[in-house]
Amino acid sequence: MKYQEEFRNSGAVQRLLAEIRETVTRPWSLMEVCGGQTHSILRNGLDQLLPKEIRLIHGPGCPVCVTPLVAIDRALAIAARPGVIFCSFGDMLRVPGSDKDLFRIKSEGGDVRIVYSPLDAVKIARENPGREVVFFAIGFETTAPANAMAIEVARQQSIRNFSALVSHVLVPPAIEAILSSPATRVNAFLAAGHVCSVMGTWEYPPLAEKYHVPIVVTGFEPYDLLAGILACVRQLERGEARVENAYERAVSEQGNLPAQALLSRVFTTIDRAWRGIGVIPRSGWALSDAYRDFDAEHRFSVGGIVANESPLCHSGEVLQGLLKPNQCPAFGKQCTPRTPLGATMVSNEGACSAYYNYGRLIAAEELLCSAK
Amino acid sequence: MCLAVPGQVKEIYGENGMQMGRVNFGGIVKEVCLAYLPEIAVGEYVVVHVGFAINKLDEAAAMKSIRTFKDLGLFEEEFGELGAFESS
Repeated sequence: MKYQEEFRNSGAVQRLLAEIRETVTRPWSLMEVCGGQTHSILRNGLDQLLPKEIRLIHGPGCPVCVTPLVAIDRALAIAARPGVIFCSFGDMLRVPGSDKDLFRIKSEGGDVRIVYSPLDAVKIARENPGREVVFFAIGFETTAPANAMAIEVARQQSIRNFSALVSHVLVPPAIEAILSSPATRVNAFLAAGHVCSVMGTWEYPPLAEKYHVPIVVTGFEPYDLLAGILACVRQLERGEARVENAYERAVSEQGNLPAQALLSRVFTTIDRAWRGIGVIPRSGWALSDAYRDFDAEHRFSVGGIVANESPLCHSGEVLQGLLKPNQCPAFGKQCTPRTPLGATMVSNEGACSAYYNYGRLIAAEELLCSAK
Repeated sequence: MCLAVPGQVKEIYGENGMQMGRVNFGGIVKEVCLAYLPEIAVGEYVVVHVGFAINKLDEAAAMKSIRTFKDLGLFEEEFGELGAFESS
């Protein structure tokens, strides 16, 4: 925690905070879309350093959290089959399905393996020609190029025992869903920096204009986040609503063109159900027809599996910024990182888990009351 | 899994027709796919997510990021749990 103290006391942080304090004149609610940003905000205590006028709302940008329950149930059904090697990013293993998780499948004898890169799953398939190797391809636009490349490599090299269970989600349609909800309290967005590294910033100006909301592309390090927050507050105070890039060192307007080219070949845009939130139109990518041979949902005929979400879990409201994690009746009681009811309590990037792990156990309103 | 980490390209080579490389993340060296940055050169800095370089960083920005990542212990967090990295 030494770094945190040095960080709080550093000149750059104090200058940014002072500028935010000088700029702000009324209450504003900003949503950071990305779970990585939520994690960084809580870990570095930014929420506690900001003036009280600024409220940070944690958005739906944790891919593990919003992967629909039905996709988890399908993954579990495939992973439990004899002969299958099921490969996944590590954070998916403890995400609860309807009645178990991938760790449970593994402990029951399923061959579930954690991979760091999707290409590792292709390598496993190459080395195990007699086994079916399935990769759980989840994530936002940041992760999609890696997953798309793994599928493309399998196609080019005719690795027929490889397939992918694809459940990708997209940021701009989620921002639009939040903005178009009558319950929304969001005045400005911190857009996810690495999503924009891949996709560029060209998708956002129509949203900023249509809903008159500032959208500031923001990085993940503490200084980046404060710089993004300052840019949002400046625009809000001036009545502006532009797309601004506060993460220029890693984001260009056009994004990564070779990645976008492969994404448009491998994937097709579909309506996607987000866990806890429901269906958002045109908010997901599935495999395009040309890659159907590599679609695990098709190969293992799991498309018929349906799922119903737990009524105890309020993660949907948390993901839309309508409820702070510690305002959920189950938070820290029935629901902890050891016994998660929903995915937001599982992933490092989930808002509930971040609140639990960084000690935001009491709702801010109660803290204010007790301080009086 | 959302984390993307800065590192320096130490080596570039082709593997099965794809541009791959070895990237140094504050002392931890890992194999990275460089196919999405066809013009990248040895010595340049990149941001890497799940084993793929997604964009280039200039040196000054990269050095600053790498220092923050080291201070926060984020490289260990990203690669440590796998226990499969090589130290340089």
